[in-house]
Amino acid sequence: MAAHQKALTRPVAALAALLAVLAAAPHRQTAPAAARGVARIISLVPAVTEMIYEIGAGPRVVAVSSYDTYPPEVKRLPNVGALLDPNVERILSLKPDLVVVYGSQTDLKQQLARAGIGVFDYRHAGLGGVTATVRALGARTGDAARAEDLAARIDRGIEAIRRKVHDRPKPRTLLVFGRERMALRGIYASGGTGFMDDMLTAAGGANVFAEVKMEAVQASTEQILAKRPDVIVETRAANSAFAVGERDAELNVWKVLGAIPAVRSNRVYFLFDDRIVIPGPRVVEGTEALARTLHPDVFK
Amino acid sequence: MNTDPGAPVTLAWRFARTVLGFGALAVAAVLLAPLVGATAIDFRRAFDFSIPFADNVDAQIFFVARLPRTLAGACVGGLFAASGVVFQGLLRNPLATPFTLGVSTGAALGAVLAITFNWSLGFIGISAVPVAAFVGSLVAVAIVYALAQARHRGLSTTVLLLAGVTMNAFFSAMILFVQYFASFADTYRTLRWLMGDLDVSSYEPLLAALPTATVAFVVFAWLARPLNLLSLGPDSAESRGLDVARAQRAAFLSASLATGAAVSIGGPIGFVGIIIPHLVRLMVGPDHRLVLPAATLFGAAFLVGCDLIARTILAPVELPVGIITALLGGPFFLWLLIRKP
Repeated sequence: MAAHQKALTRPVAALAALLAVLAAAPHRQTAPAAARGVARIISLVPAVTEMIYEIGAGPRVVAVSSYDTYPPEVKRLPNVGALLDPNVERILSLKPDLVVVYGSQTDLKQQLARAGIGVFDYRHAGLGGVTATVRALGARTGDAARAEDLAARIDRGIEAIRRKVHDRPKPRTLLVFGRERMALRGIYASGGTGFMDDMLTAAGGANVFAEVKMEAVQASTEQILAKRPDVIVETRAANSAFAVGERDAELNVWKVLGAIPAVRSNRVYFLFDDRIVIPGPRVVEGTEALARTLHPDVFK
Repeated sequence: MNTDPGAPVTLAWRFARTVLGFGALAVAAVLLAPLVGATAIDFRRAFDFSIPFADNVDAQIFFVARLPRTLAGACVGGLFAASGVVFQGLLRNPLATPFTLGVSTGAALGAVLAITFNWSLGFIGISAVPVAAFVGSLVAVAIVYALAQARHRGLSTTVLLLAGVTMNAFFSAMILFVQYFASFADTYRTLRWLMGDLDVSSYEPLLAALPTATVAFVVFAWLARPLNLLSLGPDSAESRGLDVARAQRAAFLSASLATGAAVSIGGPIGFVGIIIPHLVRLMVGPDHRLVLPAATLFGAAFLVGCDLIARTILAPVELPVGIITALLGGPFFLWLLIRKP
């Protein structure tokens, strides 16, 4: 039995060694290119994909995740899975020299490291994290100057919106990013940390769940009633927009909580806008969309 | 009905005492729970009907947020506990729960489909999730029933159990398959649904489940004596004049419907259907004529209490009620497993 096993392990080990050599070989060839910048990029993070295109490294992207839809060019690229189901085989076969991964994809990172492929480790953070990611990305892809421009442009854009609304009264806002259809159940709202909360604050709103230091809060009807928001903004990805005929019905759902100022003054809004839900380079436009909703008079 | 002339009187008295005792507990829970919450409300204002309801935040917190939620807890707790009793009696297995035979996983698959693919019944103005959950439970019941019926005269509890466990595994796999297509936010909401949520925010889900629940409880009332006979074994029960196949069929269908209705209101809240029946048996003995009403009432009080903890302990954030029942139920379940009979 033991001898049989041994006989089996030897060819397996040899095969593994051969694979390791094969996987490492193309990397050694492209090593000089890596010094100038990376030539073949795969991004598994939609927000970072947008940044890559924005800093001019788009033509070097060879594959994206299954969640990527923007910019439109990415729809033509091969898709290599996403956060939970990255297709390692496909990633390796495309011979990338840089793969953008989520910080939590530890297995994938190890596999890429073994294959000698560079990894850009993305971690979700607030608005500050967006510009920090842009700068780090630029340094990594060899587009530092354009990345610096973009980061500065984002900072300036957010600052401009902040200044525009800073002397306005801040409406107490409930920012909902998910709930059951046709019911006030399973309501998820932005808590007091994360990029959505930062965008809401920059747009001149006061998050009703500011004191809850979590990105997502499950909001009970009692809490929503007790917080008395002046404005309710429901935001989702563009592709999950309600059908035209159902929009009014979905608005009516809130009528049950008629004592809330937002409901009484008809200030419940739906913003199906990827620029708000993806912490990429379009956050400025997303923040402006929020600011227009909260302060329509300022943006006349 | 009984040869001992004293027994019916004793039973009637014990029944009255059980119902009154556990009933008082349930009523106290339902009356007190809405008075407590994460936010302080002014009860004089809440019950001041001269203020228009639309302007009265205190009244809305009481009547829209807390009261339906408490009633949902009572309904779901009572349904789970009673169907737990019936499943344990039917399968003659103390570890059976309302979720053993695949009903709740079928319901979960329905709900997960509705959440992931954003189904909407907006044209008739209701939420698709509870409807999909209930339909899912019916599908599961139909499959398991057909399997258990297929090669036997009557219902084979062994096949029932095996079919149920298999369907559980199959539906769980299907849920994972559907999850594959879900966005992050939907995955999160699905997971949260699976942990149970009683914040119904209206009375409609309760009214919708009422007909099913009523039918189930009427059958449960009839089932008390058949379940007592079944506990002696199907052969003894048959020899004492019980139509075993009919009783088993009634037990399976009614308890499954009750479970489906409960899951459609509050999601698959675990452990209520096992802790409560056993606690109640420790208190009133094994007679189903006492265990069924006692478990129903105690289950109602228990879940209302658990939900009260869930919505206040970490306020303004809330814990899923399924976590509270699991924290209490898990250790109890283990104790039950190692306890000497």
